[in-house]
Amino acid sequence: MFAKTARGDWLLFAIFTAVVLAAPILFAPIGAGYPDLLQKFAIYGLFAIGFNILFGLTGYLSFGHAAFLGVGSYATVWMFKLLSMNVLPAVVVSVVLAGLFALLIGYVSLRRSGIYFSILTLAFAEMSYKLAYSVLTPITNGETGLQVRNLAKAGVVNFQHGDLRILDRAFGVVEHGVPMSNLFGIKMSGWPGFYFCAAALIIGFFIAMRISRSSFGMMLRAIKSNQNRLNYTGVNTRPYLLAAFVISGMYAGMAGALLAVTDPLAGAERMQWTASGEVVLMTIMGGAGTLLGPVLGASVIKYFENIFSAINENVLHQVFSWLPQGVQDVVVSILSLFVGEGWHLTLGLLFMLIVIFLPGGLMEGLGRIVSLFKRGKAASDAAQNGQEA
Amino acid sequence: MDAILLQVLNGLDKGGAYALIALGLTLAFGTLGIVNFAHGALFMLGAFTAVSFNKLLTLQKVVLDTAHKTPWGDPVEIRTPYVEAMFGDFGKFMVDWSVPLSILVAIPVMLLIGVIMERGLIRHFYRRPHADQILVTFGLAIVLQEIVKHFFGANPIPQPAPHIFAGSADVGAWLGLAKGTIVYPWWRLIYFAFSAVVIAAVFAFLQLTTFGMVVRAGMRDRETVGLLGINIQRRFTIVFGLAAVVAGLAGVMYTPILPPNYHIGMEFLVLSFVVVVVGGMGSLGGAVAAGFLLGILQSFASMNEIKSLAPGIDQIIIYLVAVIILLVRPRGLMGRKGVMED
Repeated sequence: MFAKTARGDWLLFAIFTAVVLAAPILFAPIGAGYPDLLQKFAIYGLFAIGFNILFGLTGYLSFGHAAFLGVGSYATVWMFKLLSMNVLPAVVVSVVLAGLFALLIGYVSLRRSGIYFSILTLAFAEMSYKLAYSVLTPITNGETGLQVRNLAKAGVVNFQHGDLRILDRAFGVVEHGVPMSNLFGIKMSGWPGFYFCAAALIIGFFIAMRISRSSFGMMLRAIKSNQNRLNYTGVNTRPYLLAAFVISGMYAGMAGALLAVTDPLAGAERMQWTASGEVVLMTIMGGAGTLLGPVLGASVIKYFENIFSAINENVLHQVFSWLPQGVQDVVVSILSLFVGEGWHLTLGLLFMLIVIFLPGGLMEGLGRIVSLFKRGKAASDAAQNGQEA
Repeated sequence: MDAILLQVLNGLDKGGAYALIALGLTLAFGTLGIVNFAHGALFMLGAFTAVSFNKLLTLQKVVLDTAHKTPWGDPVEIRTPYVEAMFGDFGKFMVDWSVPLSILVAIPVMLLIGVIMERGLIRHFYRRPHADQILVTFGLAIVLQEIVKHFFGANPIPQPAPHIFAGSADVGAWLGLAKGTIVYPWWRLIYFAFSAVVIAAVFAFLQLTTFGMVVRAGMRDRETVGLLGINIQRRFTIVFGLAAVVAGLAGVMYTPILPPNYHIGMEFLVLSFVVVVVGGMGSLGGAVAAGFLLGILQSFASMNEIKSLAPGIDQIIIYLVAVIILLVRPRGLMGRKGVMED
């Protein structure tokens, strides 16, 4: 597996790893150098990478990936409550559970393709969401959301007065205050929390890169470009699709688990279909089918969400205070549509613009700029040659 | 028996809304081949046309009455809507009937919005993959939603039904059952009747007029109709406008049943898509039938007897039915062969 990795890929991977690990320093100048935000970049980047394995490679547009995110979160919090505040068992169980859940949904949904597939996944995700809100309240704690509580007294075997955490109790862990998730004693908040997510992102990126370069990835691309032809040549595409679906479901489960690791809380709204729409958005924004695109898209969206939501009218008035009063009021009232509460409007517009003018996402945009630059350079070189001659 | 009848009635008004939205979705899909995720937003825009019309009618003139004082010592304010001051009793009537009257406003407004949407955006997406169409209309839906949210706030805005429809009808007595066994709100009955009329009108338009005939021919074989020298594109644009009007009217009339907020459309959209798929992509009759069917099924599933058998079934019945239908009859209940087979 490692031997076949091409040199260019190793370079890409090395640069990616370096950028992620140095993110606290690199992103500090643009005001993003703190763990809460960088954590989000990493978690949603991972989610989008996984989604891209399905959507970017096979072209199957799932509108229900948030369900796997939700399953991952719930499973993690339950493991915190049952076993231990150590993150390792929680993460492993979440990924496996999300994978099983994806296997179930994928098996049914993948019998159809195109828009039917989108609607089937949407239906399943909405079903999970509605169930989490209503009947499954004993498991999901309904609207309040599932939370970690303090350890129950020794000998208590029900959840009435606190969590059990069998392993923690067996090892005699003493808790002070609100229980925090940890990795063998390292608290998963602040920078350690970010580096845990970053490690997950780097591993996820590497796996995605290997999948994309493998013959399996080639098969997935073939499905995207012409599924009929594959069927006619006697290839049964469904196992490949199902594998891709389950893998991307596991990525989503991992992302959900990390969300719960950094903040031990799980709510049903994570499974709503608008959340599924968000990951579609991130993937498209960055560039579906590319390796770096999804991470880029997720980071850009989370970054601007953070910036734009924080701006309010007072800030705008300060920024435009150099304008005459009347003009200033007009400018501020127009711009205030797009910031603060109106961030979603900006997002929607941005999304539409990307789909309309730049279907390949930011990666395509970067590619165009680079090629423009190259062409410009080639032209000027030619001009210079002409002068010399 | 009456419990069953009551549930059927319960399903009819919700089913009416599903059927109207699904009809519009199918029209857009059957003619232009567009998967329109912004259709729910059109429903929402219709509802907010009613809201703004009501706001406009109830703009109040404030007169200070110095002869009377409030307990706090200020002069009493007498508030009268301008229309009442101008037209007297007719003005009062207009305020009372603001929801039905906003239909008159909604028709041109929604037609205009539909045509602009088609000419301005959707036209450029005919040849793009369905995924792109879904994504761009999804983005548009978010934009429309947020604009409405900016102007009307995030809270639901209740709209009154006309005064004479305020009570409930004793449906049981009409059917010869004992009095008071089946009592049902008037406005919901009206909504069902209204949706039936709109659906009948759309079908009549498509089946009985020359315009409709050309549109149906275009849905079957667009290229040949084009070769006959007919500007099929313009007609399809008008049909898209019509679909927008149908969704808008569904929204206008639904406001007294459910106070609209900015994301009311999204909730209906997901369900309506399921309805379209169950009915069969591209089949108008299927969309209507499935709309009512799922509406009624949903109200049956929320009966206590059934809920005690299968808890939570009322929440998921529609999705469950959709999943089963798609797996058993992939083409939907009345889907045509060759339409969106993959």
